[in-house]
Amino acid sequence: MTSLAVSDHQAETATPAKVIQPVWVRMVHWINAVAMILMIMSGWQIYNASPLFGFSFSSNITLGGWLGGALLWHFAAMWLLMVNGLIYLALGFATGRFRRKLLPITPSGVISDTRAALTFKLSHDDLSKYNSVQKLLYTGIIIVGVVIVLSGLSMWKPVQLHWLVSLFGGYDIARYVHFTCMALIVAFLVIHVALALLVPKSLRAMIIGR
Amino acid sequence: MGRLRKLLIPGVDKKLLVRDAVKTMPELTRRRFITAGTSLGALTLLTGCDVVDSSSAEELLKHVSKFNDAVQAWMFNPDALAPTFPESMITKPFPFNAYYDLDDAPEIAGADWKLEVRGLVENKKPWTLDELYKLPQVKQVTRHICVEGWSAIGSWTGTPLRDFLKLVGADTRAKYVWFQCADKDGYNSPLDMRTALHPQTQMTFKFGDEILPRAYGFPMKIRVPTKLGFKNPKYVLSMEVTNDYKGGYWEDQGYNSFSGS
Repeated sequence: MTSLAVSDHQAETATPAKVIQPVWVRMVHWINAVAMILMIMSGWQIYNASPLFGFSFSSNITLGGWLGGALLWHFAAMWLLMVNGLIYLALGFATGRFRRKLLPITPSGVISDTRAALTFKLSHDDLSKYNSVQKLLYTGIIIVGVVIVLSGLSMWKPVQLHWLVSLFGGYDIARYVHFTCMALIVAFLVIHVALALLVPKSLRAMIIGR
Repeated sequence: MGRLRKLLIPGVDKKLLVRDAVKTMPELTRRRFITAGTSLGALTLLTGCDVVDSSSAEELLKHVSKFNDAVQAWMFNPDALAPTFPESMITKPFPFNAYYDLDDAPEIAGADWKLEVRGLVENKKPWTLDELYKLPQVKQVTRHICVEGWSAIGSWTGTPLRDFLKLVGADTRAKYVWFQCADKDGYNSPLDMRTALHPQTQMTFKFGDEILPRAYGFPMKIRVPTKLGFKNPKYVLSMEVTNDYKGGYWEDQGYNSFSGS
């Protein structure tokens, strides 16, 4: 019994498992998760004050209790989201992670990997390499993240940043852009969480690194 | 799930804890943004916090809001003008919006009304409407943006507030111009001096080239296109130039005080 435990231990130290997610990625990932949830839930409450579409969000899933409270949450969590996001982008470019992990994305690769995924034939043996669908979704969600921050800034400061508002085609359009990006992030979140639960070792890698 | 909760706080029923916490919060305003009991409870489960300490969350949010005031004051460019629009783009009908119904809007007799001027000014003489109408006026077609998210384009005509402040000898080094209004429950609001001196900040007497109707703030509103709508006082009774932060109707309930656009 004892010898078995020791040999297990030796085996582990002899071939240390490769770090899949470096510590900075794990930190910004979970900070972003908290910031995103705060932004989305308070954002839904703000939306309810003047809905763009014919529906409101249930108060069970909103944050802030009323418009004023939701705005306090939204404009506090925005700092967490923005500072954390800028650190992520800076390190992503500086360490070469974006280039290494997310590129190249080819249409043929996306098509064949999508087909493999839908027939449950996609391999998850090497979590340190993203398949084409992951590359596309992760790159896409980074772009959506940038656009939701920019459209949010243009709604927050439509006079001081009027050039940014014009870039979106006006204040009203910026509201729709902001909402659409939220919807895309929520859709991503559903798929992302579902797949992480289907491949638990990917969740483990995002928590302990290996 | 039930087992998980017990593990989080051994021996403490989370629902009872939240209920007790809510009981200790008497003010309506405080309850309004914290009793989102369910969502806050859900949030603490997500973040793994054991205790729903809503008052400290509230304090933190207030601090961040003050920090945001400072950031916005720093971002504020006194020369940046709010975009203007052609008259064809004016929103019709322009919405009436207040925390009360139109029937409850103040009804002010123009002939009896006088604008009081108080605080750090040389000339504290009250102004009649006829006297104010004689001051040079300019028109602006700008976008009114509500804190709720909707917006509407309107046409406002009146005297730039900075010209009036100069006329009454206001100390423009003071921090605020504080407006008191006739709205029921006593609306008031502080306006930071740099915004008060912005070229588009206006003592408004006309909407759409007509004398300001009751719905939009007769006899005088303050049009501030660089602020959210709730910081555009209507039915103004007095203005006070002051260094003291006196709070405001909405600001005291939790809306960000600077709320600049």
